[in-house]
Amino acid sequence: MGYIPHTEDDVKAMLAAIGVDSLDALFEDVPSQHRFPTLNLPEPLSELEIATTMETLSWFNLTTSHYATFLGAGAYNHYSPAIVNQLLLRGEFYSAYTPYQPEVSQGTLQATFEFQSMIAHLTGMEAANASHYDGATALAEAVTMANAIHNGKRQKVILSPTIHPQYREVVRTYHQNKPFKFSGDRSGTATLLDITDMVDENTMLVAVQYPNFLGQIEDFNELARVTKTHGALLCVVADPVALSILKPPGEFGADIVVGEGQGLGIPMSFGGPYLGFFATNSKYVRRIAGRIVGETRDLEGQRAFVMTLRPREQDIRREKATSNICTNQGLMALAACIHMAALGKHGMKRVGELCWHKAHYAADQIDALEGYSVDRSLPFFKEFVVTCPRPVNEINQSLLDDYGIIGGYDLSLDYPHRGNQMLLCVTETNPRAEIDMLVKALREIAEAS
Amino acid sequence: MPQPDVPTTDIPSELLRDELPLPEVSEIEVVRHFTRLSQLNNAIDTHFYPLGSCTMKYNPKINEAMARLDGFANIHPLQATDTVQGALALMYRLQEWLREIAGFAATSLQPAAGAQGEFAGILMIRKYHIEQGDEKRTKILVPNSAHGTNPATTTMAGLEVIEIGAGPDGEVDLAVLKAVCDEHRDTIAGMMMTIPSTLGVFEDDLLEIIETVHSVGGLMYMDGANMNALLGIAKPGEMGIDVMHYNLHKTFSTPHGGGGPGSGPVCCSEKLAPYLPGPIVTIVEPASDEHEAPLYGWQMPEKSIGRLKAFHGNFGMHVRAYAYILAYGNQLDQVARHAVLNANYLRVQLHDTYNSPYDRLCGHEFVVEGRWKDVPDVHALDISKRLIDYGIHPPTNYFPLIVPEALLIEPTETETKATLDHFVSVMKKIAEEARTNPQLLHEAPHHAPVKRVDEVRAARQLVLCCQPLPAESTSDGVSASSEPEVVA
Repeated sequence: MGYIPHTEDDVKAMLAAIGVDSLDALFEDVPSQHRFPTLNLPEPLSELEIATTMETLSWFNLTTSHYATFLGAGAYNHYSPAIVNQLLLRGEFYSAYTPYQPEVSQGTLQATFEFQSMIAHLTGMEAANASHYDGATALAEAVTMANAIHNGKRQKVILSPTIHPQYREVVRTYHQNKPFKFSGDRSGTATLLDITDMVDENTMLVAVQYPNFLGQIEDFNELARVTKTHGALLCVVADPVALSILKPPGEFGADIVVGEGQGLGIPMSFGGPYLGFFATNSKYVRRIAGRIVGETRDLEGQRAFVMTLRPREQDIRREKATSNICTNQGLMALAACIHMAALGKHGMKRVGELCWHKAHYAADQIDALEGYSVDRSLPFFKEFVVTCPRPVNEINQSLLDDYGIIGGYDLSLDYPHRGNQMLLCVTETNPRAEIDMLVKALREIAEAS
Repeated sequence: MPQPDVPTTDIPSELLRDELPLPEVSEIEVVRHFTRLSQLNNAIDTHFYPLGSCTMKYNPKINEAMARLDGFANIHPLQATDTVQGALALMYRLQEWLREIAGFAATSLQPAAGAQGEFAGILMIRKYHIEQGDEKRTKILVPNSAHGTNPATTTMAGLEVIEIGAGPDGEVDLAVLKAVCDEHRDTIAGMMMTIPSTLGVFEDDLLEIIETVHSVGGLMYMDGANMNALLGIAKPGEMGIDVMHYNLHKTFSTPHGGGGPGSGPVCCSEKLAPYLPGPIVTIVEPASDEHEAPLYGWQMPEKSIGRLKAFHGNFGMHVRAYAYILAYGNQLDQVARHAVLNANYLRVQLHDTYNSPYDRLCGHEFVVEGRWKDVPDVHALDISKRLIDYGIHPPTNYFPLIVPEALLIEPTETETKATLDHFVSVMKKIAEEARTNPQLLHEAPHHAPVKRVDEVRAARQLVLCCQPLPAESTSDGVSASSEPEVVA
């Protein structure tokens, strides 16, 4: 049954070799009063039945392939070339373990090295690790690293209120038992100037997002200068798709660049598995959490790759390790690596430009509608804020029910002062006809109210 | 990528980057490059992979197909709940099944990997004590045979590790544990245990260990890495464990992906349920005459430790694990029975050739020493590397730390007797070679894509990133220079 290959004769022969007379007898060391409980689970299914059951279940989800989608807010509908999934399905990649044995893991190791290289180049930093669980946990690990770099002598972490709200939650979960003080994002209204004013000698880390959660591109040059003056570190949470055209954070003084790599060839898959990336400069590489692949030679002088700086990690350093991370998002890093290689420099840049042009086209049309206004106080990339004539949840319900459109993100959920504000996302996957349909729908919804 | 189908808008030049130093290669080159790289790997699909503590079982192909269904792969995590009832139903049932399998009250699917599940469990224990007004409980007991993640998790959660030494049988020394519990009574937050232990055995004193920790007010965390030996055999929740994590990428066959992604759901007893990381899936409206299916929605547990990652966990892994559980259903115990059968079979077959420090019935894995008195310069590492020449992935080596030159062997239930017999004959042959031609072992592997790799050089002359490609580079591979060739 299932995936167990034994014949009855096999089992008999093996039990005889072991010297017991039944499978039950293999479990005599388990406390008898707890041995062999009942499992209240359904009857086993054949593969055909599994496929039918799960396909049926999947029909109860409305998908972005059937509905025009303008929802982003940290997970994005980007196109991924067909070769990404094809190559990812190679069992040599996905059914391999962590490359602890480098001689038989050069494929995973070299691909990871290439991923690290591309992330470093994209972010404008000198080194990157092999991945974190997602963008949010990468940010939480940046706080850990900043604390270690300051030897625990600074307590303050400044979080911009325009960092993804869930990322800020995760940072607080990770560090709930630490004496750190998180500030900057409590009211949700602090500006970049306010954030800059908060930096002091007790600050270990300042974290901002680029483009920020509202899609806007803020100018961090002054913040970077002030942060450096006070000996604190600057962490930029970046969208790697935006970095295909925008200035890399390394250029304006970031010490750490983290982010969510889902947009690089990974399906939205209801929130995971995604890809946290983590890049920094070489002086801090020994403080990075998680796996890092380095280039070396084998005993015959041939180029080879291996996990390096291993003594930082939990399996060696145990309670003195700064992070417990072990399993990461290896296969997702491979997806991103293949995606970037497949699109190449020009394809990546084209995606960035398409996002920009389509988002701006949509914003222009919506801004011209009666009752709607687009926040144009700062430049934006693929997401922008629209103030609507009615609460966002009502508009979204109508978009879905009457037009088959998955609308934007309701900002009042995280920012109480942003009632009626919607965060819309437009990517290369939204053809002009979809955008025009959205504009028409929004107009009609406003007229109907 | 297409040309823009909308009027273009100028992008202010001060926002733009000067160059994008990424490769520029043709599609066929990308395909060949990564296909060639894949061929340099050992994987379950290509080789026997008896890697202890990692449960490298077959990854069923149907699971991959299910995770790629449009209705699962192409849904946005922030969609309104009434548009994702299929996904929520799947998560809810998986929560319920995992809870049932391990005998607990509640589950959160949020942790992205085992280590994050551990982190969740320890944060929950700490928060529980704080809510009881027991702030001074800051110590976690960890056996010295534990996975490295256990002590690292404790530190990361801001708590302190007290290591518990093993007795001569490799198990937690009950007398030592009792003494430590007496000494630190009021400050013990809990204990982390792996069941069966990292040596692959069911500890004789398990129930007494749990009782001892409970008696001083501590809670029991179980590292569920070894659940493959327990499915349908015993329920940790019924044995007194308060909270544990699963590794879906071990026990429930989701692929390891060359290092991840994993998924580390955490299950707990009634009293810890309010502390689970969230949100979790709940039934908002039960099924009724009008609606034959219940309405599912999100709920943040009342005293939750908070959110551990953005969105809802590694959903793609939940889909695969769900498909896997459907295949076995209420006969999931067959998995554990055959995993334990395979491990014990190998154990007795290797018994005369390799020293077993703890020679008794084992769970799903067992440990032998990769060393012999008569050939002192042959090490576990040499044996491991020589296995590569025979087309077998090495077992976990040098873990658990309490066994010198450890080889931790876990065949899993999906391997045939013929594969196991082949492994045994190879292991015996290597033992023979260790005597007749030890150089063969020292210089192994001979038939791998590369020879032994210089790890010291990698750490001293750090090269973590290839140089930016020249701007006009248009050819020759993704990583700029030569690649290793397959010689195997």
